[in-house]
Amino acid sequence: MSIDMSQFHQVFFEECFEGLEAMESGLLTLDMGDIDSEIINTIFRGAHSIKGGSGTFGFTVVADYTHIMETLLDEMRDGRRQVTQPAVDVLLGSVDCLREMLTAIQNEQDVNNASVAKHKSALEVVLNGGTVTEELSPPVEQEAVVSEELAVNVVPDIVEEESIELGEQGWKIAFCPYLDLLKTGNDPVRLFRELNELGDLTTTANIQDVPGFYELDPEECNISWDLKVVGDISGDEIREIFNWVEGDCEMEIQPLAKAVKSTPVVKKADPEPAAVITPSNPAPKPVEVKPKVATETKKSDSQDADNDATKNTAKASSIRVDTDKIDTLINMVGEVVITQSMLGLVGENFSMDKVGQLKRGLAQLERHTRDLQQSVMNIRMLPISFVFSRFPRLVHDISSKLDKKIALKLVGENTEVDKAVVELINDPLVHLIRNSLDHGIEMPADRVAAGKPETGTIELKAYHRGGHIVIEIIDDGRGLDKDKLLAKAIEKGLIEENNLLTEKQIFELIFMPGFSTAEQLTDISGRGVGMDVVRRNIQSLGGNIEIISELGKGTTIAIHLPLTLAILDGQSVAVGDETYIVPLVSIIESINITERMLNKVAGKGETFRLRNEYLPVIRMRRIFNVHSGNPTKSKEGVLVVVEGQGELCCLLVDELLGQQQVVIKSLEANYRRVEGVSGATILGDGSVALILDVPGLVRFSIR
Amino acid sequence: MAQEAESKDIDQYHYSKNLDNAVQYLSFALGKEEYGVDILRVQEIRSWEPVSRIPNVPYYEKGVVNLRGSIVPILDLRERFNLSKAEYTPLTVVVVLQTGDSNKTRIMGVVVDSVSDVISVDKTEIQSAPDFGAKVSNEFINGLVSVNERMVMLLDVDKLLKLEELDQDESQ
Repeated sequence: MSIDMSQFHQVFFEECFEGLEAMESGLLTLDMGDIDSEIINTIFRGAHSIKGGSGTFGFTVVADYTHIMETLLDEMRDGRRQVTQPAVDVLLGSVDCLREMLTAIQNEQDVNNASVAKHKSALEVVLNGGTVTEELSPPVEQEAVVSEELAVNVVPDIVEEESIELGEQGWKIAFCPYLDLLKTGNDPVRLFRELNELGDLTTTANIQDVPGFYELDPEECNISWDLKVVGDISGDEIREIFNWVEGDCEMEIQPLAKAVKSTPVVKKADPEPAAVITPSNPAPKPVEVKPKVATETKKSDSQDADNDATKNTAKASSIRVDTDKIDTLINMVGEVVITQSMLGLVGENFSMDKVGQLKRGLAQLERHTRDLQQSVMNIRMLPISFVFSRFPRLVHDISSKLDKKIALKLVGENTEVDKAVVELINDPLVHLIRNSLDHGIEMPADRVAAGKPETGTIELKAYHRGGHIVIEIIDDGRGLDKDKLLAKAIEKGLIEENNLLTEKQIFELIFMPGFSTAEQLTDISGRGVGMDVVRRNIQSLGGNIEIISELGKGTTIAIHLPLTLAILDGQSVAVGDETYIVPLVSIIESINITERMLNKVAGKGETFRLRNEYLPVIRMRRIFNVHSGNPTKSKEGVLVVVEGQGELCCLLVDELLGQQQVVIKSLEANYRRVEGVSGATILGDGSVALILDVPGLVRFSIR
Repeated sequence: MAQEAESKDIDQYHYSKNLDNAVQYLSFALGKEEYGVDILRVQEIRSWEPVSRIPNVPYYEKGVVNLRGSIVPILDLRERFNLSKAEYTPLTVVVVLQTGDSNKTRIMGVVVDSVSDVISVDKTEIQSAPDFGAKVSNEFINGLVSVNERMVMLLDVDKLLKLEELDQDESQ
């Protein structure tokens, strides 16, 4: 039974994460001005099915939490509530929080109650913006869950609720702004003026926190106020006024009558929660906690986003497959079975006159096997949107952190790529996009000054080219400054002063370890450790990365990756008695040569002149220490011209054997990485052949 | 009848041995020396077949073979222990061993002269290997045990098959 349940769990978690992704992208596409009810519906459905599922599986924490989200979304859906940016931000935070919870449950870890509580109360704050009756009941819930020590018992709450009904005639507000309230451009006087318009306002300023004259910073707000508004005002109206300063102050709003009536209650509650701020305020804590929580949520939001990149690697170990693809596969298998039985029939009473039939059968089998292979590979293909879909959020979070205006454009999200690639490409992409956001796109003011639209654009584009998938990150930012790069590289001693570098080589400098042009480190990028890791990761996937940039116009970073990591088209070559596979994609051409056609350079290196270009020659025999085979034969051999990392070079082998598709097997699974070898494969005769890692060979040969 | 009783005695002997923390080892020969590995680490025993050489690795790493679809490296234990080299014959045996830490298991084959026996060893009878000084490396040897007056050296499979240090050497 338990096994069965855990199987369902897996499915449940996958559905949840999918739902969360849908919710997230929905929330991000919500346009404040013009609310599309369909999007809200989508978000609501996501929340609803998570709630349902988690309830079924007994994850009550999740179910309770989602319930609150759902309530909020439901009101938005029915139009009972305005969709506001703060509300959306809180919802986004909740999505993160839910994801955290689910991941924790999935990994059988404890749910981080504190952060859940934070998000939950933030949600409730938003929810409380609504009707008055709703306003007080959730805090009770919140208290119960949030901070266990605040054991506010039921009785006082009932008193509170009663008191509200009685106390519609006025409000008591304790308003305690943070020190930097004034810096955010808010002026308490203006707030008070607005309050005064609602009703009769009495203000009492608490100046006990004001420091001495010499310590006084005129930009800090050291005063807190006790306000009393008398009149028939709804709580909403008051909250609306304080909406703008919600994140910058502690405050509590309570009905006047209640403040009088519930004094005994307060006395009861007081000793327990003491943790909270102004002890002079005779108030139960629940309401007071809220605004503070809101700010904390905002902070943790950005942290969450930061973690996103690392967290996501632990993604689904199973994939969802189109039923179409499976149907094709089943058809294919059927064909293979038919062919097999046909061949069996031929073999049963074999005589020479059946050779033709046998050949036909084998040809058929070959075709079916190839198709079968292809459709199996197809199953592993996922649209790149699995990776791309996370980026709107990333861009949203980082651009608001950097105060930049940036639009993200996704192109070719449906381009399919192998699952392994999808999983491994995420981190490098996150890094590159962060770089573009941080270094590439300028501040809005600078952009306007440079005659560009205020909003920067980052385009994320994926498409197929040949046997490769190309992912481009295009920004219209400031571009790379060649002179600055050169100067920096010389300063850091990465290159010699008098080196003549091509434009391409200069751009490649940013991939060198320890290279960063950022004048100032930010927490987003600039430590100069990232780009070399990015390049290494991409190379380990068998891809390469190139940069095209124009100063002032923008930068394009193009990543070329193989479509799949499991199969490649290879050319088998013989070196002595050994057989090696050269990936076909890296071969430019092959030339029959004799020893005399090679030119020695300084007695060591060798070059070959190919159409007026001197290319370095790597002797496979020497570099792999092959001594077998007939050495005289190496007097003549075959030069395989290959491209590795944008550089041409020649591999000298004994002979070419044939082209075939090979299934890549990992050497590292049981063994380890071998220099110049990217993997191994099994040949038709069952023996193992090594697959050459061309860029690695080039690097290796230089040493 | 008497015979039966005797064999029963032996069975019981083995049984009781099993009860007090006995461990079974597969013993094999390298030249005149006898070694043992924890039998739970042995996946299978195969005959020697030609390997595909791997370039630029230590001489005792002979190469890789295809073991039902996975690529498995083969080490020559004689060469690993600096014993005299032996010709590979059809009787040369490859013992396929499993090793692994918590997150990953590897499979590797070791070439030995011949497989001898499965021996039950009482843990308490295992002596620690004496320190031979720097000349002979005993880092792979877990302990010594004597079986029928012969000394069997018990090998630590994990240490034997560990290649990490070599990885570092290579990258430097």
